[in-house]
Amino acid sequence: MTAATNTNPAHTAQPPHGNHDSHQEEYRGGIMRWLTTTNHKDIGTMYLTFSLIMFFIGGIMILAVRAELFQPGIQLMKPEFFNQLIGIHALVMIFAALMPAATGFANWQIPLMIGAPDMALPRINNWGFWLLPPAATLLILPFILALFGIGDGALATGWTFYAPLSVQGGIGVDFAIFAVHIFGISSILGSINIIVTIVNMRAPGMTWFKLPLFAWAWLITAFLLIATIPVLAGAVTMLLTDRHFDTHFFNAAGGGDPILFQHLFWFFGHPEVYILLLPIWGLIPHVLSTFTRKPVYGYRAQVYAFWGIGVLSVIVWAHHFFTAGMPVPALLYFMYSTMAISIPLAVLFFCWIATMWRGAMTFETPMLFALGFIVLFGIGGLTGLVLADVAADAQYHHSYFVVAHFHYTLFSGGIMGIMTGVYYWLPKWTGHMYNEKLGKLHFWLTVVSFNLTFMPQFFLGLAGMPRRIPDYALQFADFNAISTVGAFILGFSQLIFAWNIIQCARGGPKASDKVWEGSTGLEWQLSSPPPHHSWETQPVVK
Amino acid sequence: MRGSPGFSPPLRSCCISADCSSNVDKQPDLAVANRRLVWKLLWIVAAASVFGFALVPLYNVLCAATGLNGKSSLRADTVPENTAATVVDRSRKVTIEFMNTTMAGLPWDIHPAQTHMDVHPGEPNTATYVVRNVSKQTIVGQAVPSISPGQAAQHFQKLECFCFTQQSLQPGEEKIMPLTFIVSPKLQQDIGTITLSYAFFDTAANNIKR
Repeated sequence: MTAATNTNPAHTAQPPHGNHDSHQEEYRGGIMRWLTTTNHKDIGTMYLTFSLIMFFIGGIMILAVRAELFQPGIQLMKPEFFNQLIGIHALVMIFAALMPAATGFANWQIPLMIGAPDMALPRINNWGFWLLPPAATLLILPFILALFGIGDGALATGWTFYAPLSVQGGIGVDFAIFAVHIFGISSILGSINIIVTIVNMRAPGMTWFKLPLFAWAWLITAFLLIATIPVLAGAVTMLLTDRHFDTHFFNAAGGGDPILFQHLFWFFGHPEVYILLLPIWGLIPHVLSTFTRKPVYGYRAQVYAFWGIGVLSVIVWAHHFFTAGMPVPALLYFMYSTMAISIPLAVLFFCWIATMWRGAMTFETPMLFALGFIVLFGIGGLTGLVLADVAADAQYHHSYFVVAHFHYTLFSGGIMGIMTGVYYWLPKWTGHMYNEKLGKLHFWLTVVSFNLTFMPQFFLGLAGMPRRIPDYALQFADFNAISTVGAFILGFSQLIFAWNIIQCARGGPKASDKVWEGSTGLEWQLSSPPPHHSWETQPVVK
Repeated sequence: MRGSPGFSPPLRSCCISADCSSNVDKQPDLAVANRRLVWKLLWIVAAASVFGFALVPLYNVLCAATGLNGKSSLRADTVPENTAATVVDRSRKVTIEFMNTTMAGLPWDIHPAQTHMDVHPGEPNTATYVVRNVSKQTIVGQAVPSISPGQAAQHFQKLECFCFTQQSLQPGEEKIMPLTFIVSPKLQQDIGTITLSYAFFDTAANNIKR
């Protein structure tokens, strides 16, 4: 952060635009431009657009679920269809909305922030993106096939694929397995690209401890991805062979063990939580620093906290299934190691608060989202500590308390973090300011309706309502009705977000190069929007 | 600096190839360095894939050693004579509870003849399950035992068990299936109750070949 501000002006001047005539891709128009592009900005835009579309598809699915849960009893859909919706909602949101959005940020921002001309592997970058639409299609296709009487619909096991249910499931399971394979390959390609870019293509003088925090966080995310995605790919491959080739990895009848699947899945699944959140933790300090007009507090402490969380995340997985049966020493180990993660996370929280301390704060939309993120993600983190407690978890496990907890982390931590980044960088990407009034309206509607949706679910969980069940006992009716009303407001207020982005891309007041009064960093020295090829002459960081 | 060729037009040459040229310092080295790093990272991916599959035997070994999953052997345990295992500890009583699960698709009516037994460690005991085929076909089933708490699994020794072989039942046939076991005197002192649960599977539906 401090690094990026001291750039030699002689090296920051951008070449005139006419220079780009030599680039072949500029002559391509229409769809071919997007199919063949190797430009990190184009690919970043595609990742983010794809993510926004899938965010709405996943949202529609869960609104159908909330509509069913508006009242007790079965009103709108068969339980089997309900089961399919909840599982595919989660897979779409995780693999097709949150992860591509973070990768889109990385594509757009990392080369700009570290002074690199592009990503290190541009063609692999293109392939990494274009694997996503087929993968998402595979996830959703079984819904459509079922309309024509082929198969019995999508994956109905919940997103966790737990055996033995997934061994017995219909073709939806196979579709989801292959979708996960393709999403995984895409993520691994994206991660390798990001690591190589950050390691080899930093601007001269940008030492490791001058690297922007966003790039640091993504570096650790990328390492987590290449270490854990192959384990998930292996687990679902075993599931596939159990289903079709008579192996018995997870079938107790043949000597296998269904609990093994839970270990394999969560060995990936827990780091995945941090894969979704680390890029956001990297981005938040930039936003806080910009709108408090102060340098980031505790830069090194935050880098070490990222590493600490990254390492701890791969050794705590079994806290997801305390109730599956484990010896007491194992329970205690997983409880204490899980709780230990709160220490580096608390370091991050204190650094965020200290960055704001006595700052000259203004509350533009990105700052509002960042503040909303800190408060609501804090609630998500604290309720996670409750779940990590072995004794308490026996009651809360598989209840709505868990649902509320992980939406406080993954919606207010993940999605609202992504929104922070979108509002923060959108003027840089498009060259136009978004509509600030609509942005603020979007923020307040989102925060209020989010709490209206998920706060009652904590109480439902405490009262004993199990998750993933389409019907419930009468005493849960009021809180469920409130939650459904909140969910619909939350869903429809995201249309403001989409509208604001589209309007901003099409026009609006011109954004300055610096965009924000307090912005620091290499990316703000480029024009808004940055030229198609930026940092062809790498800046020198002093 | 501007006189040198611009950064490689991405469509023509990708920076992973050696012909990548740019005015960035150490540029010819960059392509080589990138390629080297990509290979190193691919090795991590390969190692992680191998690790994922290696977790299967690793898990089984770990479970056998620690009783993590309460899996009980499908082969007869041999209890050597004149060892501690054959000395009956009359001062201690352990309650054995019997349960069963009939997996989906198996038309068998199954129940243990006794819900529980109080046994002394080291003493051979026999319990039975009553199983009846309520369908009109001959069905071959397999029982898979599981023990809770898991740590007790290695101390629950089965000398003879209907789970060692597949069981075939004629239509309407009823069988009394015996199980002879010894609770080892080495059983942890803090365990007073062991729950033994059998899951019965249809072998045809689960493709079990033996």
